[in-house]
Amino acid sequence: MDWVNAIIQGILIGGLYALFAAGLSLIFGVMRLVNIAHGDLIVATAYLAWVIIKATGVHPLVSLIFVLPIAAFIGYWLQIGIFNRVLGKDILPPLLVSFGLSVIIQNGLLATFTVDSHKLNAGVFETSSFEILPGISMGYFPLLMFFTAIAVIIALQYMFYHTSLGRAFRATSDDTEVALLMGLDNRKVYAWAMAICLAVVALAGVFLAIRSNFDPFMGPGRLIFGFEAVIIGGLGNLWGTLIGGVILGVAQGLGAELDPGWQVLAGHLAFLLVLAIRPRGLFPRIAG
Amino acid sequence: MSEPLLTIEHLEAAYGDARALHGLDFSLNAGETLALIGANGAGKSTLLKSICGLVSNKSGRVLFKGKDIAGLPANEIVKQGIALVPEGRRLFPSLSVEENLILGGKVKRPGHWSLDTIYSLFPILKEKRHAPSTSLSGGQQQMVAIGRALMSNPDLLLLDELSLGLAPIIIKDIYELLPKITGNGVTAILVEQDVTRALHSASHFICLQEGHISLSGDPKVHTRDAITRAYFGT
Repeated sequence: MDWVNAIIQGILIGGLYALFAAGLSLIFGVMRLVNIAHGDLIVATAYLAWVIIKATGVHPLVSLIFVLPIAAFIGYWLQIGIFNRVLGKDILPPLLVSFGLSVIIQNGLLATFTVDSHKLNAGVFETSSFEILPGISMGYFPLLMFFTAIAVIIALQYMFYHTSLGRAFRATSDDTEVALLMGLDNRKVYAWAMAICLAVVALAGVFLAIRSNFDPFMGPGRLIFGFEAVIIGGLGNLWGTLIGGVILGVAQGLGAELDPGWQVLAGHLAFLLVLAIRPRGLFPRIAG
Repeated sequence: MSEPLLTIEHLEAAYGDARALHGLDFSLNAGETLALIGANGAGKSTLLKSICGLVSNKSGRVLFKGKDIAGLPANEIVKQGIALVPEGRRLFPSLSVEENLILGGKVKRPGHWSLDTIYSLFPILKEKRHAPSTSLSGGQQQMVAIGRALMSNPDLLLLDELSLGLAPIIIKDIYELLPKITGNGVTAILVEQDVTRALHSASHFICLQEGHISLSGDPKVHTRDAITRAYFGT
């Protein structure tokens, strides 16, 4: 029964990893930017939620009403103020800038909030669960995370393929120059993409902070999980990203079942295995 | 006579250190069709890109409807009423035929052209409107590229190498439709390798040679021999 439980928990935690990954995938798809600071942005939004909750006393999930739009706003101006200045034919400058941003966020959080870890308290909801079969239980919170991830992916897919904003994303990604000829300002298109990315990041950040302790330096680890989910699933395929997250989650769960010290390692091994067998991921969509 | 639609003054453009245009001067009246001819590397495409804002490294003035647009970015110039059908068509592969057209109309300038009028000009596109744009034949893709540019209801339409990579029969079809497009009061600049066809479709021509204007005027006035000399620089 422990093994079955480990697999189920792994599947559900895969939803959180897919949330880490969805924003990364969106940004890479629209502007070919590999955002090294993605994980730190997740942690930064967790702190943002913590500050808001401390000031207002609202429930962590209610705090999303404030955290999501603030994060999207920050994302928009982060793109206009920083990334748009370095995006170009060469992919190295934006990569280096995102690396610098990562260092700045970590140290900024450290200076502001100290090295002490925090956690968002969602009350009894965090730990309550129900039995689906005798001996096998599901937590309400992991279930919420998983279905939120599915809802986010459905929403992103809809946005990408059925709205004028999504059309602008696809056109700009296809051919920036011709998109300009259509009157699309690529800098604004990128800024909207980053705004949406940060809204998803904020969702992931709050879930992460309800689920476990967070501190200023846990960003890079979340970035790796996000990367691995994207790569396992295949670039440019959001449903693949969800499956990538699930595979990562299950591998970690099974690893932890063998030996608690093997949890993270088992995830990386599963990632390497997929990379060795299918270097372009399980369900690649973007060629090259 | 009224003021020209487009006036180019001392236009120079460069790619890095390589100068492509060396101080061009010419003007174009509303309703005219200008053929731009010249050998490869003469600066024809560069001139079109300079007008529509894709080449930013330039000096001189580009007066469109009396306003200098030389410093504006491409996404602002299209709003003024200049549209480009780029060389090689360059449709958006992730967008369907109809999405390509809709995006062309994003700037929402009022005028004759809409999805309906484009579909009546190119009926085949209505049939294929949900197909991925790159699944179409070369000629059909060119129709999408023309339709996409028309959707912005431009006053000035820039056509770069319409015949590139297309079968002669298709080229003939597209050129036969050209009067229907320019007949709606659209002024056009036509870049074409096929000199005879370009001169036949145009009321004026400019022959470029290494970034200079080597000959210009009414195609009927100049002998074929003079045009050939201007083209090759002999």
